[in-house]
Amino acid sequence: MRDVVVTGVGLVSSLGEGFEAHAAALADPACVAVDATTYAPYSVHPAVALELDRQIPKKLDQKQMEPWQRLGTYAAGLALEMAGLKGDKDRLARMQLVVAAGGGERDYAVDGQILTEMPKAANPGVLLNEKLMSELRPTLFLAQLSNLLAGNISIVHGVTGSSRTFMGEEQCGVDAVRIAFERIRSGQVDSMLVGGSYNAERADSLLIFAMGGFLRTGGYTPVDRRGDSPGFILGSGGAFLVLEARETAEARGATILATLAAVESRRSRRASGAVAASLGEALGSACAGAKARPDLVISGATGAAGITDEELSAIGAHLPAAALRITGNRLGHVLEAHFPVGLALGVMSLTSGVFPPAAGSAVERPMAGAPATVAVTSVGHMRGEGVAILNAAS
Amino acid sequence: MKDAFGRPVVVVTGMGLVTSLGQGKGETWAALTAGTSGIRAIRRFPTDGLKTRIAGTVDFVPAEPFCAAQLSENFARLAAEEAVSEAKVGARGNFPGPLFIAVPPVEMEWPQREALAKASGATGDVTYADLLRAAGTGAFKPWHDLFLFGTVADRIADDFGTKGSPISLSTACSSGATAIQLGVEAIRRGETDAALCIGTDGSVQAEALIRFSLLSALSTQNDLPEGASKPFSKNRDGFVMGEGAAALVLESYASAKARGARVLGVISGCGEKGDGFHRTRTSPDGMPAILAMRGAIADAGLTPDDIDYVNAHGTSTPENDKMESMGCMAVMGERMKSVPISSNKSMIGHTLTAAGAVEAVVSLLTLQHQRIPPTINYAMPDPAIPLDVVPNVARDEKVRHVMSNSFGFGGQNTVLLFSGEVTA
Repeated sequence: MRDVVVTGVGLVSSLGEGFEAHAAALADPACVAVDATTYAPYSVHPAVALELDRQIPKKLDQKQMEPWQRLGTYAAGLALEMAGLKGDKDRLARMQLVVAAGGGERDYAVDGQILTEMPKAANPGVLLNEKLMSELRPTLFLAQLSNLLAGNISIVHGVTGSSRTFMGEEQCGVDAVRIAFERIRSGQVDSMLVGGSYNAERADSLLIFAMGGFLRTGGYTPVDRRGDSPGFILGSGGAFLVLEARETAEARGATILATLAAVESRRSRRASGAVAASLGEALGSACAGAKARPDLVISGATGAAGITDEELSAIGAHLPAAALRITGNRLGHVLEAHFPVGLALGVMSLTSGVFPPAAGSAVERPMAGAPATVAVTSVGHMRGEGVAILNAAS
Repeated sequence: MKDAFGRPVVVVTGMGLVTSLGQGKGETWAALTAGTSGIRAIRRFPTDGLKTRIAGTVDFVPAEPFCAAQLSENFARLAAEEAVSEAKVGARGNFPGPLFIAVPPVEMEWPQREALAKASGATGDVTYADLLRAAGTGAFKPWHDLFLFGTVADRIADDFGTKGSPISLSTACSSGATAIQLGVEAIRRGETDAALCIGTDGSVQAEALIRFSLLSALSTQNDLPEGASKPFSKNRDGFVMGEGAAALVLESYASAKARGARVLGVISGCGEKGDGFHRTRTSPDGMPAILAMRGAIADAGLTPDDIDYVNAHGTSTPENDKMESMGCMAVMGERMKSVPISSNKSMIGHTLTAAGAVEAVVSLLTLQHQRIPPTINYAMPDPAIPLDVVPNVARDEKVRHVMSNSFGFGGQNTVLLFSGEVTA
């Protein structure tokens, strides 16, 4: 089995882009960006404005994408840049891509028009046909298709070894990382770009989670203190990681940021206690596989009732001495991209030290010194449990 | 047993199929080799005002509520039941390996939006704020799970007791092939001895059809539905949407042999290549498709001369068929003019997310029966495509290795190679 190393990380969120901006913003324990009004009673963590030209140079490409694709394509560019692979045509043409994605956004104006007119229409089905045929922008479809984030990354950055898109909310982010990890480890491929992105500022997406009762109302509080209104606050963002076989990275003289030492992806049949058991097992076998004991955990806890407590208790039981940070406390819940975002924060903590606890969190505690090993967890709001272990490079 | 590269040989021990031609691979195979079309006028929603009013819908599978998510799930379950019972692997509800499933990117549909709008009590212009208000009441809770991207996989995983975290994927129109490729890779890595690979698509609904129609991708030959899908013909004018599902039980040859399972065929190679040229169009030189084909052939330890039949992507769009023909010619040289190539889509339409898996099953049936299904509706040859497309009538021929192509929007090119017998 080969070593899998991280040589590039691209991170975009409500707090900025790249490690420096995130480290600076996260250094202030109270720094969170929240929009509590646009979708009231629900809050979102809106994406920072990006200078798109820096990673997506062609205006035509920018125009062909919806925000979720821009966030992801931008983050992918940052990751390639950090890995020193930007514009390295030959290597990028061999690099393979695994993307964790949902779907694109709708045309809210057209939907509104149709819903307004439908009750008055003699034949609603015919009205629907007419409206959609005349009002829908033909290329909107391409901004909606799940695999077109990957498609855009191929077009804009030239990553064309192959392209696969996994779907399925939080867990597809875990599976994307696991498959990339296993394929490199086993020698099936030498270098991969893996990650995802999510745009939280979307009424159509909020709608799904609102129906399920999974969105927190009542404004921001840390994930671990949402007893009054459990649930998540969606966050816009994206993260991509360049993963390579150690020998591939060394051969091209790349800077190794961290080692990805283990990835565990599991699915419990959800019932009371199932998440604690499944995540506990995942932590146990990830630590055994990595032969390491994490001193920092970056938790992907959503804030959903029950499973958030189970996740935190499993972490506490298995790694009682480790410090804890909850991604959602600072960046919100980034859905398909949540696990890649957690990994990005993990690599950042290994390379430049961990950020302070979030203001108001009851479980995050100050940590002395830099971590040597980080565990990143994920517990999907409906399904799936995952753990990755990152080791410091040296 | 290991292949030429020292990896476990991957075989298929169970297959299931649902298409517009019937339920079960027996029905579909009989109709396919008889040259029967499953394309018909759409009856499930009004088609007034649409440029395309035909599809290869599967109309015999109920779904409640009737929506792409539920229909796709039901197709997948039927196909998986057939495949798993043929393989006789594991125990009922206890499949000994992971699930890889290609599912369409589903979303909430119009009946649900209408219900939310109505429940909101909005009297003036309806906006998403109204829908959000209604959503927050808790009255629509089941729709949350129904329209999550991971739900079909989760329910199939529950029913069949597959192991680990099921992977839902989309690589557009090559998704079904990617699901199989993931299974092959997992077995080759030694992660598992078996995998359940499924492609499913039940998304013939008004908005999905209109989206393709607005991209001018669909045939508009509504008056003679069964003649509308005419891959490789000069007068081809777009694809016809189809529905269906296919499931395959993959196993390592060693484990299939050890339990005395009947081997239906070998998945001898996989190839893939991304394309960064354009969102919907392929690189003008066709290189990504060519490299995917070459990759699959090399992965199987074969040469282009070993390919006896090409199960084409063959969508019946002007661009795909031209580029695919060009790609095959580039890979196989002059010999390609006499290598049979046919498109199942001439009969069942383009089953989109499911297509790669559906056509994998047909490729394996071709090997099993030594009979090549035809490309129907071939009346007007295209001089730019000088190939033997097995026109209109099935043909008995010796077939040892089949290459199955799948291409998709977003630069997706996936090619699978199937062999009748284990060679190492």
